[in-house]
Amino acid sequence: MSAQASATHPRGLSRLLIYGSLGLFALFYLLPLFVMIVTSLKSLDEIHSGTMLSLPVAPTFDAWEKAWSSACSGLSCNGVKGYFVNSIRMVVPAVVISAMLGAFNGYVLTKWRFTGHRWIFGLMLFGCFIPFQVVLVPTARLLGSLGLANTTTGLVLVHVVYGIGFTTLFFRNFYVAFPDELVRAAMLDGAGFFQIFFRILLPSSLPIIVVTVIYQFTNIWNDFLFGSSFAAGEAAPMTVALNNLVNSSTGVKEYNVNMAAAIFAALPTLFVYLVAGRYFVRGLMAGAVKG
Amino acid sequence: MAFLDVIALRKRYGTIEVLKNINIELEEGGFLVLVGPSGCGKSTLLSTIAGLETITEGEIRLAGNVINDLHPSKRDIAMVFQSYALYPTMTVEANIGFGLEMRGVPKLERAKAVARVAETLQLTHVLKRKPSQLSGGQRQRVAMGRVLVRNPRLFLFDEPLSNLDAKLRVDMRIEIKRLHQETGRTIVYVTHDQIEAMTLATKIAVLKDGELQQVGTPNEIYNRPTNLFVADFMGSPSMNLVRAAVVYQDGRKGLSISRRNGGGDLVLGIPPTITSTNLEEGRSLILGLRPEAITDRDSADRHARAVEFVDCTVELVEPAGSDTFVVTHLADKEVVARMRSDADVRPGQTLSFAFNLDKAVLFDPESGQRLG
Repeated sequence: MSAQASATHPRGLSRLLIYGSLGLFALFYLLPLFVMIVTSLKSLDEIHSGTMLSLPVAPTFDAWEKAWSSACSGLSCNGVKGYFVNSIRMVVPAVVISAMLGAFNGYVLTKWRFTGHRWIFGLMLFGCFIPFQVVLVPTARLLGSLGLANTTTGLVLVHVVYGIGFTTLFFRNFYVAFPDELVRAAMLDGAGFFQIFFRILLPSSLPIIVVTVIYQFTNIWNDFLFGSSFAAGEAAPMTVALNNLVNSSTGVKEYNVNMAAAIFAALPTLFVYLVAGRYFVRGLMAGAVKG
Repeated sequence: MAFLDVIALRKRYGTIEVLKNINIELEEGGFLVLVGPSGCGKSTLLSTIAGLETITEGEIRLAGNVINDLHPSKRDIAMVFQSYALYPTMTVEANIGFGLEMRGVPKLERAKAVARVAETLQLTHVLKRKPSQLSGGQRQRVAMGRVLVRNPRLFLFDEPLSNLDAKLRVDMRIEIKRLHQETGRTIVYVTHDQIEAMTLATKIAVLKDGELQQVGTPNEIYNRPTNLFVADFMGSPSMNLVRAAVVYQDGRKGLSISRRNGGGDLVLGIPPTITSTNLEEGRSLILGLRPEAITDRDSADRHARAVEFVDCTVELVEPAGSDTFVVTHLADKEVVARMRSDADVRPGQTLSFAFNLDKAVLFDPESGQRLG
């Protein structure tokens, strides 16, 4: 009996410590979000009179409305909605195309090996380590000569090309652990190159698809450098618009509008994490341990 | 012309030759078992027939047509893999029907064929399940169903029973044998288990280090092994192989075998299958006798032409239920005799052993080849 008591007692204590410290860290990390949300719900007068952490006395969505449709950034005063749409039009095709190409590359590099496949994969890996800044000027020239400067299509192209290295790495490491015998069995069953991919490999790939989508979505949505370099003005993505909004001052700093715009900018990634998050860790583990 | 013809086949990985000049032919409806120790190339040979591995030299013909360069999906061959290779995201039904679907068989016809195969293999109640929800034996049957549902020209089995427990393995072995008898399909089967080889095959090919040692019926392989490797590899317990010398005694030739602790050499007659004129006196040989060719006096084969009785000391007794294996010593080697299960034998006892020389084979010690 005493053995049992002494065994459970420290466990309860350590549990308390663990959950206590976890809770503290969670609070610490949630604080900025809290400040963003309460600030966005206050009027400017209330912001100037109260403290940063105080709850709004008369909550209002005026700032959200203004940020969405009438806040001024640069010369135009149409809010961030146009840029939000730009970002969606950039991120969806860029994520889908780069993930599909990565999946195909992973499939070919592991199940249809050809001479020099190591070199190809090595070069793709190398591509992951090239810093953005190095390729800015050549990319700008290339986009210019393709007639894609200052367009969303241009941004999609840049993000797809830059993303292939990462997506290929993810899928290759996942498929390398996929049994070759299944591919051989499908071959003898009469399945062709694409049928084997779509019927046998792809249905088993959900974990790695989730990882790739989250990774690519977050990176592309949050990108600022490519957006500000290759798509200024009307074609700018959300991140660039947010920066312009915050930096263009017309007298008073409208903190509530800025915060609301920032929340708009963060919502899509938050959404992706909430929907697919539980697959994320599982997928990372699957790729890491088996690869 | 044979149905399956493997002609002068060679397979090299760089400079390493893993299959060396393989020649095998199999008639339609035959059951060929490729057997050998691990790494002998038997699975590689199967893969080349399936088209999953390319060949370096030679020819593979199926029903008279050269299929060397045909893609596996075009060879009309079905294969059961050692790991079963069931598609993990598909149900049993979809797994079995996949090959038909890929060949464009209409849905209704497909469902009928799947149902028929599921019925024979007793899989009807698990058709909607995924492979991960099945037991080992059920997975094995699904793998079988996947090849049976089609009507290919050739079936390949790559150690299909090696992942099953002993009891299930025996059951499935009987199932496969029955299947072959009832359907008359042509089968090539790889195993390292020589009991499977003996019981299933109409023809056995023994491989070692990528070289074909012997091709023949189970009876030929077992009773007239072409060399020491085949003699030693096939059969359990394996064949007794002891050194002997040709001597001239009492006006006729005989085989002299030294005994432990001196005690005078043991002399046996020349086996009747060998023409003794070819054996010069003093020549060294290796005598091969299966355990069942050495028995106790009472159970000696009455129809044998040459049975000789010799007193030996019993060293060890292994009762195996159906038989009792008795170990003694000849020419510094352990010799196993197979006796009746109720034979009254005790270690240390001197017993009269019956040597059935009809079943004896002789090998040349240098080349390892069988004589006669």
